[in-house]
Amino acid sequence: METRQIGRPVTRNEDPRLLTGRALFVDDVELPGLLHAAFLRSPHARARILSIDTAAAKARAGVVAVITAEDLGDYWQPGPLLVPPPPIKGMTFRQRCQVPLAKGEVRHVGEPVVMVVAESRYVAEDAVGDIEVEYEALPPVIALEAALSPESPRVHADLPDNIAAEVRQTKGDYAAARAKAAHIIRRRFTYDRGASNPMETRGIVADWDHKAEKLTVWDTTQAPVFIRNGLAAMLGLSERQVRVVAPFIGGGFGPKMMMFYPEEVLVPWIALRLDRPVKWIEDRLEHFCATTQERSQIHEAELALDGAGKILGVRDAFLMDTGAYNPYGLTVPLNSQCTLLNCYDVPAYDSTFRAIYTNRTLVTPYRGAGRQHGIFVMERLLDAAARELGLDRAEIRRRNLIPASAFPYHNEVIYQDFAPLTYDSGNYAPILDKALDAIGHAGFAAEKAAARAEGRHLGLGIVCYVEGTGIGPYEGARVRVQASGKVTMATGVGTQGQGHFTAFAQVVAEQLGVDVRDVEVTTGDTDVFDWGAGTFASRGAVVTGSAAHGAAVEVRAKILRTAAEHFECAEADLVVEGGAVSLAGVPEKRITLGALAGLANPMRGAVKPGTVPGLEATSYFGPQMGATAAGAHAMVIEVDPRTMQIRVLRYVVVHDCGTVLNPLILAGQVQGGVAQGIGNAFFEQLAWTEDGQLLNASLADYLLPTALDVPRMDVLHTETPSPLNPLGTKGAGEGGAIPVGALYAQAIEDALDLPARGIEIAEIPLSPSRLWEICNPSA
Amino acid sequence: MTRPLQVTIRINGSDYTREVEPRLLLSDFIRHEAGLTGTHVGCEHGVCGACTIRLDGAPVRSCLVFAVQAQGHDVRTVESLGEPGSLSVLQQAFRDAHGLQCGYCTPGILMTVSAFLEENADPSEEAVRHALSGNLCRCTGYQGIVDAVLLAARRMRGA
Repeated sequence: METRQIGRPVTRNEDPRLLTGRALFVDDVELPGLLHAAFLRSPHARARILSIDTAAAKARAGVVAVITAEDLGDYWQPGPLLVPPPPIKGMTFRQRCQVPLAKGEVRHVGEPVVMVVAESRYVAEDAVGDIEVEYEALPPVIALEAALSPESPRVHADLPDNIAAEVRQTKGDYAAARAKAAHIIRRRFTYDRGASNPMETRGIVADWDHKAEKLTVWDTTQAPVFIRNGLAAMLGLSERQVRVVAPFIGGGFGPKMMMFYPEEVLVPWIALRLDRPVKWIEDRLEHFCATTQERSQIHEAELALDGAGKILGVRDAFLMDTGAYNPYGLTVPLNSQCTLLNCYDVPAYDSTFRAIYTNRTLVTPYRGAGRQHGIFVMERLLDAAARELGLDRAEIRRRNLIPASAFPYHNEVIYQDFAPLTYDSGNYAPILDKALDAIGHAGFAAEKAAARAEGRHLGLGIVCYVEGTGIGPYEGARVRVQASGKVTMATGVGTQGQGHFTAFAQVVAEQLGVDVRDVEVTTGDTDVFDWGAGTFASRGAVVTGSAAHGAAVEVRAKILRTAAEHFECAEADLVVEGGAVSLAGVPEKRITLGALAGLANPMRGAVKPGTVPGLEATSYFGPQMGATAAGAHAMVIEVDPRTMQIRVLRYVVVHDCGTVLNPLILAGQVQGGVAQGIGNAFFEQLAWTEDGQLLNASLADYLLPTALDVPRMDVLHTETPSPLNPLGTKGAGEGGAIPVGALYAQAIEDALDLPARGIEIAEIPLSPSRLWEICNPSA
Repeated sequence: MTRPLQVTIRINGSDYTREVEPRLLLSDFIRHEAGLTGTHVGCEHGVCGACTIRLDGAPVRSCLVFAVQAQGHDVRTVESLGEPGSLSVLQQAFRDAHGLQCGYCTPGILMTVSAFLEENADPSEEAVRHALSGNLCRCTGYQGIVDAVLLAARRMRGA
């Protein structure tokens, strides 16, 4: 390797297009004769559909089609189960997947009932208003614990109750651990829903070219290859006949990984039927009820410790709201169950969860994907334990960290990737120390006292977390040197702002000795590359990055082989740098990669048997299991005890995701994750009524953090490479968001000295008004 | 539906004359009538700021203006700032400071900030954060954006 590209803070290749408004997003696709779809959605959380009258809508000028479930015929099918449940003994799993248009019964507010297609979006929405649907409202299932009552209505009448899944996983013998414990800490925790709210809502454009017999679909999906394969199967087309393009996507965060949304099933179908291109762009109100959400869980947890504060075991039982349908299987609750163990040596664990159907929007992974719940429970239990034992918060954590000598560390429970959860590598104590040092932990008691003397309430928070990242199944990459000397790299994953056009280019450039700007990356176009799974679980850099590395290594070998033949020399004598190959010490013996690519594409006469043309290679990477990243967040806040407004004075992140590919991009991922974590902890709460109506479905009412709310952060790193991939890297996409709820709870308790008043914070999200209620229980 | 009206709007120095319904949003006019898709639409209720353009120089949310209201007015969009091969000082600062990730909110932020920097050559971080507080970004946590604005201001002052 002549030039190090990995680890450099390279500015991004994709930025010039994005900064000048030239990048293509789905809603930018304009086609001749384009029609527009709009959806009539259920206003009820649960109701029987008695009748649908579409006559007035059909009669409106400019309306081309009005489609109900009946009109779909055999095309009406429940969506596929995306992630089947892993093989866990004794589990219950009852699959009910979303349907394209509601038939007979609606199961959540926002469920699509009728699709209208018209000459303009304005007319399509007018026509939605023309449709008359007669509903018989039914009592909905909203609250989790009430959903378990035998008297509760059922979300799916054909199931015996509202339980979608029940899973118990254990490690060691918790009962024995409990029996010898010096301290038992028992608490109840709740963690409520949030919405991802990427700035670009979902959208889809479908275009059937009847001459080429080819369907092109532009989709805001995180998984274009799956969508292509699924649409081909559903529509009875060959995979060659369907091209799915995930162009620039305006933020994903997980919910754009969900498949198939009803609109994804319906828009391509109607475009084929009408033989005209059709566009649908979700509006923000629809986003609040029709795009998947995440998070309601209620935990009853117990921590057993010895007299020195060493964890003997944990028991946890939790309920999880999975919404009206469950296409994503057990991914979110399994993440919660597994991640609860955090970075600590826990000899005994007994955890049971029940996923519950409710008449609310579907739950699928959203940044953190349930991991933050597990971390919240464990970190809160440790805070309570520290108080009971009279230990410093940092000290009780330090005593329980998995020692560096214990890796790989086996947790013995099955993770979302179906593999027993094993931490591949880690060195946790330096992370904690670095965070404590950077936040000023040693001097904080004096700082707090001095501030209190002035009537100011300062609090410090310090929490640890792990993040299971970089899971399978696999991704691929194809790398080719063009005759121009520029290099192309293609992969099947989509990109939603993670800097793939740059990070993957760095991985390739490192091997091929070219400028990062000369590597042109294509992501998310199934006509260019159509194997792979998608962008989720913080896996792009790990899995696709490793595939890109593998392909680039192969191309480099071809370069050396071809150049050695050309110069009639040994490969070891060659130097690959500056976009050319030269003979070491003989600079005039030099050939550009472009010219070499020409030699590797032999014309007549000179082709040897077995020749594979081109400086090109395709490589796939499928990790045996996920790579576990870790970190600690620390902050100092000031709370105004009258208004309960919080000001973050300092915020420190120490993150270990193994080898860093691009520190600029990594810092951005971490900072953005923290911002979403802050939203989740203190700004964002979906307010539902008892009858399942969402009261704050606008950005004016559901508060996303602004530039005034997110503090400046110091992002520091330690690097413990992963042994599971050739780059030694681990994922970093979600870590920033995971520990923030636990951090806020702890720092607020500290600032207001709540435990001394017998008050603990056991819920997320908080807000100034909720915090006031918690602090004034008798008011 | 009301009878279409003829409207002429000057966008980035060119006049666009179209027959439009009075209810057509300026954001839709810019994107779908003029074909300038750099201006993005995030919420259509005036909160997120993604659709911010300059209307006679002032930063304005184009989803809160009807196209007919812009009749005879001067609109500037992100396409007026620079080309991929020749970024403006502001755009280059966003690239250098990693002030964008998915890039969806970016055009609106650039238009807000371009107006802000014309009146605030040497802003404090606090002032920059206030100026940005009407534009939502879900990716960056704002730190890269704030740094980019401060960097652009410094470069524009020649400091």
